[in-house]
Amino acid sequence: MFELLGISPQALFGQLLIGLINGSFYAMLSLGLAVIFGMLNIINFTHGAQYMIGAFVAWYALQYFGLNYWWSLLIAPIVVGAFGIVLERTMLQRLYKLDHLYGLLLTFGIALILQGFFLNEFGSSGLPYPIPPSLQGGQNLGFMFLPNYRAWVIVFSLVVCLVTWYLIERTKLGSYLRAATENPTLVQAFGINVPRMITLTYGFGVGLAALAGVLAAPIYRVNPLMGADLIIVVFAVVVIGGMGSILGSVVTGFALGIIEGLTKVFYPEASNTVIFVIMAIVLLLKPAGLFGRTA
Amino acid sequence: MTTAAYQIDAPAKTTTLTHQYVAFGIMTAFFVVAPIFIYPVFLMQALCFALFACAFNLLIGYVGLLSFGHAMFLGTAGYISAHAAKVWGFPPELAILTGTAASALLGVLAGALAIRRQGIYFAMITLALAQMIYFFALQAPFTGGEDGIQAVPRGIMFGFLDLSNQMTLYWVVLAIFLFGFLLIYRIVHSPFGQVLKAIRENEQRATSLGYKTDHYKLIAFVLSAALSGLAGATKAIVFQLASLTDVHWTMSGEVVLMTLLGGLGTIFGPVAGAFIIIAMQNYLAQFGQWVTIIQGLIFVVCVLAFRRGVIGELGRYLKKPL
Repeated sequence: MFELLGISPQALFGQLLIGLINGSFYAMLSLGLAVIFGMLNIINFTHGAQYMIGAFVAWYALQYFGLNYWWSLLIAPIVVGAFGIVLERTMLQRLYKLDHLYGLLLTFGIALILQGFFLNEFGSSGLPYPIPPSLQGGQNLGFMFLPNYRAWVIVFSLVVCLVTWYLIERTKLGSYLRAATENPTLVQAFGINVPRMITLTYGFGVGLAALAGVLAAPIYRVNPLMGADLIIVVFAVVVIGGMGSILGSVVTGFALGIIEGLTKVFYPEASNTVIFVIMAIVLLLKPAGLFGRTA
Repeated sequence: MTTAAYQIDAPAKTTTLTHQYVAFGIMTAFFVVAPIFIYPVFLMQALCFALFACAFNLLIGYVGLLSFGHAMFLGTAGYISAHAAKVWGFPPELAILTGTAASALLGVLAGALAIRRQGIYFAMITLALAQMIYFFALQAPFTGGEDGIQAVPRGIMFGFLDLSNQMTLYWVVLAIFLFGFLLIYRIVHSPFGQVLKAIRENEQRATSLGYKTDHYKLIAFVLSAALSGLAGATKAIVFQLASLTDVHWTMSGEVVLMTLLGGLGTIFGPVAGAFIIIAMQNYLAQFGQWVTIIQGLIFVVCVLAFRRGVIGELGRYLKKPL
């Protein structure tokens, strides 16, 4: 079969793996965007920058405090999440009564500031971050070589996505969250501190972005621009999936990563644009997105 | 509806527009005198971006649609007109027209897709479509990839205006800018423009009054795309260059910034905003990434504390919408 298509199985499975890796990042980032959008009605343009900062926190922790990768998985989300909470308390909070577009513009401005700052400090070439020793090496699966770290990224991000889904859809806290998304005034009338919930939701969504950043650090190098182009693709993923459903954004994220990987094998010229083309087709057929509710 | 919160003061009364004519007179007089004491190339750059920002403002200011991908129209028109002038040997007026038409066509396609969603989805869709155009420009054979199309001939317009003369070129650019500006002014104050504002304020209401809002939105989108294209095509002829900078998402962000700083939904705001941002970029060019940081800061300050923009605040102070 492979001979017929003129494609080696190594290339095919290699690209499928890269697709799955990219898909993990699409899924984690679009999940964070969806959670934030649900509560704050804001599209968080800073998401890409916060993902980048997550990677920088990991690099910084290793370089100056000798804290390894596993510590970074814990520290980066907390640091960046706390930074997000400060942003929400001091700035975003003032915009909830205004048009949603102002939230987009504000977070875009913050993203520019952060990106410019890191470019000034570190340049655009990127810094290497080593794969943790326990995840080095790989498995020979017969048809392909599977690096351990890449397998770890896919499994870990799947777990993170499922835990998030469980938290929101199956716990009491999650039910408050979903209720407050539907009708914040009513939930507040029941004595639940909705503003604090909004703040923590933003911190959580941003923390997810930072976690994705730490996962990405050993694969893509730590680079001030790593989030900027990614976030645009993630926006397209969000438009395709619709932001109505948690599992929807996870499935869409992974599926689009795989499709992108396959495009690299079969028609490499289109690999950069395939997700945008799919977005256009979905908009024509199902404007609300695959899993979306009509706005 | 989401679009009600723009801080635009009392709707312009179409009967008392004298002060806008006065303001227009002052602006035109400034541009006529300016080349004596300001470097004409800077003025031409600012005029092209001013037209770009005015075209963008037609959409955000008067229909309430935030496009985050307007660079695709600026850049596409630039590439097409540069290619037409250099490879096909078109005279400049035809090259500019070809570029503008290409952007209008792209506007029909992108607009038809984007208006299927509203609010922030609209912004995300336009951004994604523009990114697609960016990758296309990066890979297509005729765009020259990272180099862009260089050494575009300026040529002789209408057979007698030699554009290699800098002052002739300046007057042509000024004429194109004023044409675009007055066209937008005319659109905004026409019955069509009133319907657009009705859609901005309350789309459902406009629908219930019998307006096909999608048609109006699409026409406004195409007009905005075509005028952005006119700006991009002119810019390509002036600077003899079409490059990836003009299709990159940072350019889409810059035009939002110019309009926001000048004042969303004001007639003169985008012009002022474009001049301020272009001047800032020229003076701060040697400081590298600080330009990005300052642009980000301006975004934050404008959104948090200065939502009317420079001209919006001035108009409020004078109690007259500008």
